[in-house]
Formats: sequence, structure tokens, C-alpha cells
Amino acid sequence: MIEATRDTVLALDGITKRFGDTLANDAISLELARGEILALLGENGAGKTTLMTILFGHYTADAGSIAVFGRPLPPGRPRAAIEAGIGMVHQHFTLADNLTVLDNVMLGTEPLWRPRSDRRAARRRLEDLAARFGLEVHADARVGDLSVGERQRVEILKSLYRDARILILDEPTAVLTPQESERLFATLARMAAEGLSIVFISHKLGEVLAASRRIVVLRAGRAVAERETAATDRHELAELMVGQRLTEPRRQPLDPGAPVFALDGVDLPRAGGSALAGVDLTVREREIVGVVGVAGNGQAGLAALASGLAAPRAGRLALFGEPVRRPSPARFVAAGVGRIPEDRHGSGVVGDMAVWENAILERARDPAFARHGWLRQGAALAFARRLIADFDIRCPGPRARTALLSGGNMQKLILGRILSADPRFILANQPTRGLDVGAIAYVHGQLLAARERGAGVLLISEDLDEVLALADRVAVIHGGRLTAPQPAGELDTRRLGLLMAGHWGEAGHAA
Amino acid sequence: MRLERRDHVPAALALAAPIGAVLAALILCAGLIAWAGAPVLEAYGRLVTGAFGSRLSLTETLARATPLMLTGLAAAVAFRARLWNIGGEGQFYIGALVAAAAGAGALALPGWLLISVLLILGAAGGAALLVVPTLLKTKAGVDEVVTTLLLNFVVLLFVSMMIEGPMKDPLAFGWPQSAPVVEHAILPDLIARTRLHAGFLIAIAAAVAFWLIDSRTVQGYESRAVGANPEAARFAGIAVDRTILRVAVFSGGLAGLAGAIEVIGLKEYLTLDLSPGYGYAGIIVAMLAQLHPLGVVAAAIFVATVFVGADSMGRSLGVPSFIADVIVAVSLLCMLVALFLARYRVRRR
Repeated sequence: MIEATRDTVLALDGITKRFGDTLANDAISLELARGEILALLGENGAGKTTLMTILFGHYTADAGSIAVFGRPLPPGRPRAAIEAGIGMVHQHFTLADNLTVLDNVMLGTEPLWRPRSDRRAARRRLEDLAARFGLEVHADARVGDLSVGERQRVEILKSLYRDARILILDEPTAVLTPQESERLFATLARMAAEGLSIVFISHKLGEVLAASRRIVVLRAGRAVAERETAATDRHELAELMVGQRLTEPRRQPLDPGAPVFALDGVDLPRAGGSALAGVDLTVREREIVGVVGVAGNGQAGLAALASGLAAPRAGRLALFGEPVRRPSPARFVAAGVGRIPEDRHGSGVVGDMAVWENAILERARDPAFARHGWLRQGAALAFARRLIADFDIRCPGPRARTALLSGGNMQKLILGRILSADPRFILANQPTRGLDVGAIAYVHGQLLAARERGAGVLLISEDLDEVLALADRVAVIHGGRLTAPQPAGELDTRRLGLLMAGHWGEAGHAA
Repeated sequence: MRLERRDHVPAALALAAPIGAVLAALILCAGLIAWAGAPVLEAYGRLVTGAFGSRLSLTETLARATPLMLTGLAAAVAFRARLWNIGGEGQFYIGALVAAAAGAGALALPGWLLISVLLILGAAGGAALLVVPTLLKTKAGVDEVVTTLLLNFVVLLFVSMMIEGPMKDPLAFGWPQSAPVVEHAILPDLIARTRLHAGFLIAIAAAVAFWLIDSRTVQGYESRAVGANPEAARFAGIAVDRTILRVAVFSGGLAGLAGAIEVIGLKEYLTLDLSPGYGYAGIIVAMLAQLHPLGVVAAAIFVATVFVGADSMGRSLGVPSFIADVIVAVSLLCMLVALFLARYRVRRR
């Protein structure tokens, strides 16, 4: 039993939830005080989201009870949770894109039968709330026109408008740029100061340390540890999350060799982000070149060039010193390029196909897997079994549907697929986005090992720490232009932040 | 109680779902039969005996299932690759037109060779008709649902023009029909003095071939990948547009083959009532079969059973034979619901 103090606003007691054979939540108890920011830290699949969905009434717990402001919360009723003062901001927003901010906030707060709504009062209330918590948005803007960060502000305002006193944020920074995240944390601090209580779900250590006061670590459905934020550090939290000692792979100093991938004055029309203009970039053997930038500044175009999906409109593209006139994904694969796509569900794997079918997706016409147009299923299955063993892919077997794999295991499958072909150039586009600590360390280790074997790697990432840890040289992309890469040792996050925001002059533009 | 999504649909359930759906459809339609004033059980009895009760009715059912299998396969192969070919009816008629035109005596070839040439020409005609909208889709992003559907009407008008004009049979007393194909271009009967012809075996062979291609060849593998996630297929280096084009050749070819077989197997000449909507019914057959090639065989026989049996039911009990359309339509709806429900489980809380 939890001792409910005067300040306790929320108490979960022995929450247990089972899905089939898996115990998603195993007797989890925790409490939340008034004005507190509590971080719920855990890897993917640790049970964080399940716990919060039970709290919000979308799932019903098999055992355990919830009390809000000292009163028991009836299970399985989202409306009861809202009325009790709980607001939830989901990872995937629940906004109507074609309505305005004001409409979205008011939606569902008024009885349907009322002939006209009091929009003026609603607007005043919304603007008050926005000003009080630093959540500026334009009330008449169409939600579809807003940036991701602004949409999240609307989600939070929606909860506040419904008098939420307890706010649950599920992986709120997954979609935000570093700058937007910082802004979010400032807002959270202000809300806590006003007496709101916040549960903040994350698997990212840095932001948990930056934004919370207390941290509860979940692992495999159990609450395994609780720490005051001030009294812990990154290393301890990582080990608590994973449940074992972690060693971050080290980058050995190596002498780079011949160029494997080169862009020379390349222009590319707009492709889901800024158009590229006059981009020069060379990646050589035995080096990792990092490209950082705020999302939408041309990374998509750069990745398309490096994966064979796009041809430069002007300028030259060369692979292994040979100019490529008509690039295509198949030609890149055949030439020895390994490509890790940004969106592993969307373009990395075919979710509805089996693991073995995805293992040979890039090489189905290779004589190793096809003879006279017939698929050599036995060879493909054996290959998939080898990938599963060599790359530690956790799945029921090579015939399992790929969509059932976790993000980390899906990424290992993609890594296995490309690394087993021993590529000489690797494009790694956001290779660790959404992965947990263990899987991130694995991906980093594999990329560094490929570099030691002689491959050149182009690493496009929004995670500055990742780029600074892995890359030999780092370039910044902004508005479709790329800075000249600088040695990673000469850079720090502050300087990179300035470059990412477009202040090239102040940060000392070397090119 | 609540619905939860299953990770896997058990094989037994995947098989039970279509059977349950058909039973549910029969129960739902029982109300309509009772309303028409006929005893329900007897009516269904007549439906079954009408479709299977005698050698003649059984062969008639299988003869009717033959074009449905081929148009069903045409729809299934296209839909699996997300090529929405609604033009099966037009491709069927083009296949029929080509076979009727080339089979009426212009080609002097021995029987088996002539038959093979006519089938290939019919398939090529259907394929060509689907290749055009497919190229428009892959090159210019034109929606193939619209183009393939509208082409059906264009083709029907073209067929009408041809059998009223250049292909008109001078001995048909003014009826709009083409000159008949020559004697040795006609497919042999499987059973003497019935309408069941060798085209039935061709349709079965086509289903087995499609199944083998789909599950065992690189082409089948690539078209499945393109259908399930075109983005990932393109990224992996699969030639998505070329794969879709190949699928179009198969799909249009199967529908064209159906038309050619209907002409040289059954009717022997071309009229505008050659198909009672086989091209459209093929879509229903494919959906009933969950786009599985061997399921198409079963679904085509089911649909043919309902049509042939309902005719007999109508004749003997005075139930309107439109009831056949209703049974097929309700079966499809029940099937879609059953397939949806099979993906979920009911849990009590």
C-alpha cells in the first residue's frame, strides 16, 4: 500500500495487466505529488504506455487500483479520467487537421444539442491559458497548417482547457526538434510551478534528466527503480533500463582512404523538405561523416541522393570514384552501397511479408536466391536464419511476419541485410530513431565495426550526441545548403546548435 | 466485452470464416425466399439439386464457373499488386472479339495449333487493353479505377460496331452476331453431349500456375512486395513500375483468355450477351477468395452454383431468379465482415 500524503494527487497501486502470455504491467505502484514532474523511463515494450493507457481508461487493469485526488477512479472509462482532471497527450496527435485550433480545443467540451456555442468566451479562455503557460498558438490557424511543435501545444492546451490537473505526455519529444523540446520543457516547468502534476514518458536519458524531478524506471513490466533526478546520472539510468552493464563502443582513430561517395556542386529540387543547392560532400573509406540539422532542411534530398532514389539536377554524383549518370536503388545496391532508410516501417521492410522475404528484399534476383526465375526458398531461409543468429534478431523464426518485430529488431534485420553484403559505402539515415538504449548501442557498434572493415559511412541524424560520438567529420545542413565538414573534435553541441539554426557566420563558417 | 486484434489468424479460423459467411448469407436470404412465398428449405434443396443434382446440371455449373475462374484470377492477380483493374469485362470482350475474328477462317492452321493461337491472341488482346491504363497510371498518375472501368463501355460499343459491321454473320438473319469460328477451332468437350469443355481444365491450370508463380518465383515475390509496400519495394531496388506492368499483362491476359475460351469453347460466335457480367463478377469471386488463386476456383464454383441453382429454383418454385444476385451479394458482404472479425478476438473483461 502507498501511504497517501496530503500532496498526493495520483496513486497507482499494484497495477497488473496481461496480454496473452506477456505480462505488460506487473504490480506497478507509484504516486505523483502536486507540482511534480515524474518521468517514466523505460525501453520500448517496458510497459510505460500500457500503464498510462490504463490510467486514462482505454485499457482495464487485471488487478490494482487507481486513486485521483484521494478518490478511486472507475476503470475503463476515459470520460471518468477526464472528469477527474487527467489529460493525456498521445504520441500520435488526436487533432482534426481541417479545423482551427479553437475548434479543436472546444471539440467535445460542449453538449451537441446546444444551438450555438460561446466562441468568444472559449477564445478568451484559450488565450488566457496560452499566455499563462507560454503555449503561443494562433487560435484561428488551421491545425493542418501548423508545425509539429505547434500541434503538440494545441494538444496540451486541449487538456488544460478541460481543467486537467494531471498531464500525461507519451514520448512528447519523439517528433520535436531539439529547440522545440527545450521549449516544451520550459512549459512543463511553468505548469509544475503553477501546481499541475506531470507524468512524462520517455526512453531518452538526456531529456529525462533535463526535465524531471523524480524518475521511475520500468523494465519488462516492473517498476525496478526510483531515483531523485538530482541524485542519479545517465550511466546509472541506462543500466537500470537495460538491466545489465553497458559499454558504449569506442571509435578507433583510422586513416581515411579513397572517396566512396562524392557530391560536387549538386542541386536537387524540393523533395519533402528544402531543395538542395550547391552541395559538396565527400565520404572516404574508413570514416564516418555526420550530417546534422533540424528536420526538413534538406536531409531527405541528401538521403535520396545517397540511396539512389534521386539524380542530381545539376552537379555530379560519384560512387567509388566513378560518376553515376542514372542512379537507381538497384544500381547502388549492386555497386556495394548499404542503405539504412529513415522510416524503417515505411521504406525499410514490407511488414506483411515474412522475415526471410525481407532478408532478401534487395537481392531477390541474386543467383544465390534465384535460379531461372524461381526463388530458392531454402537458400533464402538459411540466409535469414544466419542473419537472425549473427545479428541477434529476436523473432519467432524466419517465417514470422516482419510487422510483429519490435523497432530494434526490425533495424537489426535491415542492418543484417545490408552488412551481410559487405558494403563499401553505408548511408545511415536516422539509424537509431525510436530505438531503446540496448539497440542504439548495437547499431553504433555495427556502424563503427563497418568503418573498421573499411567502409565509408554517411550518418544523417538529429541526435547531436550520436553524431559527435560516432562521426570523424561533421557537416551541418540548413535550408538545403551544407557546411564543409569539420573534425568532430573541434565541435560541440552549442556550436552545432548555432549552425543548425542558420547562424553560419557567428559560428565560424569554415567553408 | 471488447474486440482485440489478433497477431495471427489461426488456419482453422481462416477456413471457417468463409464457410460461416456463406451460411450466414443463406440464413439472411431465407427471409427473402419466405417473403416470395416459397418454402425455404425446399427452395435451397432445389438450388443444390439444380446445381449438382444431375450430370447435366453439374456440368452446366462447371461450365459457368470456367469464365468466372479466369476473370476471378484476373482480378486477384491485379488486386494483389494494388493494381485496381475494374476492366475485366472489357478485357473479356476484347479476348472474345480477337478469338472470334481470327477463328472464323482467316487462319489456315491444324486444329490444336489454331486453338493455341486463338487462346494466345485472345489473352494478348486482353493484356494490351490493360497495359494502356497501367502505363497511364505509372507514367502519369492517372487513376486506373476510372480508366479501366470506362474502357469497358468503350469496348462494348466497339464490339457492337464490329458485329453490326465488318464481322457480321451474313447467315444470321440480321441478328447482331459474328460469323462462327471454324469447326476445328472449337475446344473439345470434356463430357460428350454437355456444355462442359476443355476450357475448364485450362482455367484450373491457370489457377495452379498463378499459385506457383505467386509463391515460388521471383516475379511473384516482387509483385507481392510491390502490393504490400510499394515504397519499401522501390527503396530495395525492385523495379516497381515494371512489376506492375507485368502484373497488368497477366491480369488482362487472364480476362482476355476467359473471353476467347467462352467463344471457342461454348458459344462459337460473338454476341453482345456473351458475358452476363463475368468481368465484374470476377471481382466478387476474387474478393470471396481473399485474392488467393486456389480460393478463386472454389469461389467461382460457388458463385456458378448459386446462379445455376437459382435458375432451377426459380423455374420450379416461382421464386424470382434475381435471388441469385442477392445471395451472391449478401455472401460477399458477409465474407467481408467475417474476414474482418477473424482478425479480432472477443474478450470478456
